[in-house]
Formats: sequence, C-alpha cells, structure tokens
Amino acid sequence: MKGMIDLYLSQMRIAIVTQFQYRVANYFYMIGMIAEPVIYLVVWSTVARAQGGSVGGYTPGEFAAYYIVWTLVRNMNIVLTPYAWEQMIRQGELSARLLLPVHPIHSDLAYFVGYKFVVIIMWLPIAAVLSFAFRPGLSPDLWQVGVFIVALWGGFFVRFGLLWLLGLVTFWTMRVSAFFELYFTAELLLSGRLVPLSLMPAWVQQLAGLLPFKWAFGFPIEVLIGQLTPQESVLGLAAQAFWSLAGFGLVSLLWRASLRRYSAVGA
Amino acid sequence: MISAIQVSNLSKTFVVPEREAGLKAAVKSLVRRKTKEVKAVEKISFEIAPGEVVGFLGPNGAGKTTTLKMLSGLLYPTAGEVSVLGHMPSRREKSFLRQITLVMGQRNQLVWDIPAMDSFELNRAIYRIPVEEYRRTRDEFIELLEMKDLVRKPVRNLSLGERMKVEIAAALLHRPQVLFLDEPTIGLDVTMQRRIRTFIGEYNRRHGATVLLSSHYMADVVALCRRVIVIHHGKILFDGDLNSLVGRFSAYKTIGVTLTNGTVDLAAYGDVIERDTTRVTLRVTKAETPKVTARLLADLPIADLTVEDPPIEDVIELVFAQEKPQ
Repeated sequence: MKGMIDLYLSQMRIAIVTQFQYRVANYFYMIGMIAEPVIYLVVWSTVARAQGGSVGGYTPGEFAAYYIVWTLVRNMNIVLTPYAWEQMIRQGELSARLLLPVHPIHSDLAYFVGYKFVVIIMWLPIAAVLSFAFRPGLSPDLWQVGVFIVALWGGFFVRFGLLWLLGLVTFWTMRVSAFFELYFTAELLLSGRLVPLSLMPAWVQQLAGLLPFKWAFGFPIEVLIGQLTPQESVLGLAAQAFWSLAGFGLVSLLWRASLRRYSAVGA
Repeated sequence: MISAIQVSNLSKTFVVPEREAGLKAAVKSLVRRKTKEVKAVEKISFEIAPGEVVGFLGPNGAGKTTTLKMLSGLLYPTAGEVSVLGHMPSRREKSFLRQITLVMGQRNQLVWDIPAMDSFELNRAIYRIPVEEYRRTRDEFIELLEMKDLVRKPVRNLSLGERMKVEIAAALLHRPQVLFLDEPTIGLDVTMQRRIRTFIGEYNRRHGATVLLSSHYMADVVALCRRVIVIHHGKILFDGDLNSLVGRFSAYKTIGVTLTNGTVDLAAYGDVIERDTTRVTLRVTKAETPKVTARLLADLPIADLTVEDPPIEDVIELVFAQEKPQ
C-alpha cells in the first residue's frame, strides 16, 4: 500500500510538472474548448428570451450557470482516449510500459489525477471571465457544493474506467476509429453535453439514466445548479460508483485476455 | 550451475494478412481474407549462465527482437519453453519484471518534456527501490556515464547519444539481474558507442548481471561477448565462442605484406584485395597460408608481414551466406 501511494504521488508529480511545462498550449486548448459551450449558451439563451424568459425551466442565467460548470466538467472528463491506445501500440510505447512491474492503469490514473489539479487551477480565471460575461444564476447550498466536488471526481472515474475498457478493443483490432466515433456520438447526445438532458424527450432522459454517459457529465452539473434533490443526488453518486466499478471491474477481468491477445499478435 | 536463461525448442509464428495488389484483390479480400503463417523463430534452444554476456547476432528480420521479446515476457511463445531466473516470462510476474530490463535502441522510455532526473525518480517509485539504494545507484551511474549536467535538462533537448545514456541509466536503476539489450548503440557515434559498451561491461562486472546483447556493431560484440549466438531465418546457425566462430566459418586468412622497395605484382601468391604504394593485402585459403607465407619470405625483400583472420563482419556475412542450422 505504501509503495502504491508512493507510485501515485510520484506519477502525479510528473503529471503536474509536465502539464505546467505545456501551460501555454494547455491554456490555448482550454480557451479553444470554450467555443463549444459558448455557442450552446448563446443559442439557448436566445431561445429562452424569445419564449418569454425561459425554455424547459431554464432562464438565460441558469443556462449560463449550466454551461460555465460544463467547461469544468468537460475538462475533468478528459482521459486517455482509445486513439491514444492506437498510438501507444503503433509506436511501441505500450511494450515499454508492459515491462514495468505495475499495471499501466495505475500510472494512467495517477497521471490524469495530477493533470486534473492543473486543469482546475487553470480553469478558475476562465470561469471568472465567463461569469463576468454571462452572469450565471448560481447559488448552491453547501451540501450541493460538497456533492458536486465528489460527483466531479466521480464523473472522471466513470469516464476514465469506461474509456480504458474501450481502449482494450485496440488489442484485438487497430481499425476501431468508426466504432469509437459511434461511442462518442452516443455520449454527446446522452450525457448532457450537447443540451441539458431535461430539455430532451422523456424517453431519451430514461435511456440516459440507464447508460453511463450522464453520470460522468450531466449529473455533476445538475447537482451544482440546484436541479436535483438530496435523494436524487445520492442516487446519482451511487450510479457513479456502479459505473466506475463496472468499468474498472471489466478492465480487470479482460486485462489478461487482452494482454495474451496482444502478446500473441505482436508487441 | 543453474542457468539464468533457459530456452528449449522456442518457436513463434505470426499469422499475417496477405493479399495481391490491385482493386480486384482488394474487393476479393472483403469476402475472403487470406492469411499466411510467418515463422519468426523456429525451435531454438540455448542456455545462458548467470553473469554471462552473450552476443545475439543476425541480419534484420532474423528473429532477434522476437526472441528478446519472448524472453522479456512481451510476446507469448507459440511453442517451446522459456525460463528466465526461474520465471516463465509470459506470466509477467512482478517479481520477474523487477529483475529484468529490455533496452531497445532509439525507443524512448523517458518523459520527453521533463529532466531525466524526474523520470529516474518515477522509476524509483515504480520499482520500489529503497531511497538510499536509489540515490547510491543513480549517483554511481551519473558518474560512470558522465551525465551530471544531462540529467537536469529536459530529455527533448538532449542529443541522440546523450539520450541513450540517460535511457540506459533509467533502465538499470533497479539493478536488474538480466539485461536484454536490443541494438543499444544504434545510430550513435563511435565515442558514444564506446562509452555505452564500457558502461555495460562495468555494470556486468559490478553486479554480476547476465546480458544478452543484440547489435549490428561488431565492436560492441567483440568488446563485451566471449560467446555469440547467431540466428538467421528464425533458426540458430551458431552458438559458441566468438573465436571459434571465426575458425569455423572463415576458410581464409589475410596476409599483409610491406616491401622494402615498392610494390610488385603478388597475384601469383593469392587474391590481392588491397594495394597501396608499399603494402599489399592478400587473401589465401587457411590451408595454403603457411606455404604462401614461407614463399613470400623467401622470394621477396619484405619489411613487414602480418597474418590475420578476416574482420568479424566478413565472417558474420559468411555465416549468413551458409545458412546451415545447427
């Protein structure tokens, strides 16, 4: 356990040092990423004003709150993509990692956790500018802030586990881009990224509740902007725990078979 | 003595897709995908004793890297048995991985944008090296490889040779007992090659590590290995002492002659393979060497005469050309 903590802290330190090394590139990346929610925000605020001040229960101020929190959740949702897996295999980086006496998921998890601390620090000025420009209607209770912090990390763990699992597909075939695109399209529509899920038809909302995407993305936002009751919030945290365990559990189950497949074909 | 590495009838076959060029073949492959089996390694067997340094030679595509990957647990063998320090590599047990290293030339394992010292620290945590032992080993390597200034620069700012030095240091920080080195000096200049090979030799002496070294630079092999294993088309062509490789596969010797009064035509004595103003180099069969040498000394005004085995590179070429597995 002590060794594992040492590994996590060392890897997190490397991530923080590396990401600060890339600070300018990171900042431009984050600023570029803002274009997407700002467009959604402007469109939905215009629709709300045209419909007499709100749409689906959201006022322009609530849309502003939703999409500003969105920018943080989106950044927290950045994890190792399946495309990175393809690159690691093609360039032989995975072979080097498999020679280490530690499961690569630990290194990745620790690295991304460290990276998130940099992201949060870099996000604060961006949030301040967006808040000044769009005047969000955001006044959460203390319990909502507490649940949000847990849910923010919960969302990260859900997406991290599931995309790591998805990455294992590359051990069987390298031509997986189309499959990944399908996954990301479903995620875009059913997570609350494109539009708050409460604006979607009832059947879409029900479907989204059964899938993991919402729990990684829309749920933390809804907690902070005050859309959920304490009971719904606890249920959401439980759903996050379920999907995190499902992701990491399936990785654990499939890892040996994936490795055997990888080492049979060529590393 | 128990061997550090035992390999018995080890084979690796890859199944690779195969199709003809052209549109027709492309459409056909949608319906019926053809594959073929490629035998990368075929029933090879050898043993390496603890502390032994063995050269692993062969042309590109001979099966060297595939074998090294099987020995380090990266590839699962198709058939045969492998034991490294008593472990089956394909099981990838942590206790096994902590005792080995695989260094592949020009494959970067260090974090590109930060100083190597930070990557060293990460390796300390990964391999759970006690802090005192880590500092001792790190400082020893920094001194041996003369890289005090290098380890504090971002890796991306290092030259290829400098990067290879820190790569090798990082790969050995946990003091592995078995080193698999795949072209560790590839692309490096002569000085850097010498520095790296001196370091490997020193590591072997200090820590009694077993080394299996693949290199296209014969200077590496000559300097470090008494024994060589030659592999070609996945099969072992030779396994034994480097000197006996020369004796067994080279049917020729070279005779260098320096004359006191300029050169004369020596074609009657053997094949002239080199000639300058005063010196001629002849190639003669081993059997004829004593007779030709005696004739040269008797017939000509000789200032200097040398009899040598051909360069090891030429011998290796001969071995590959013969292609008769043991």
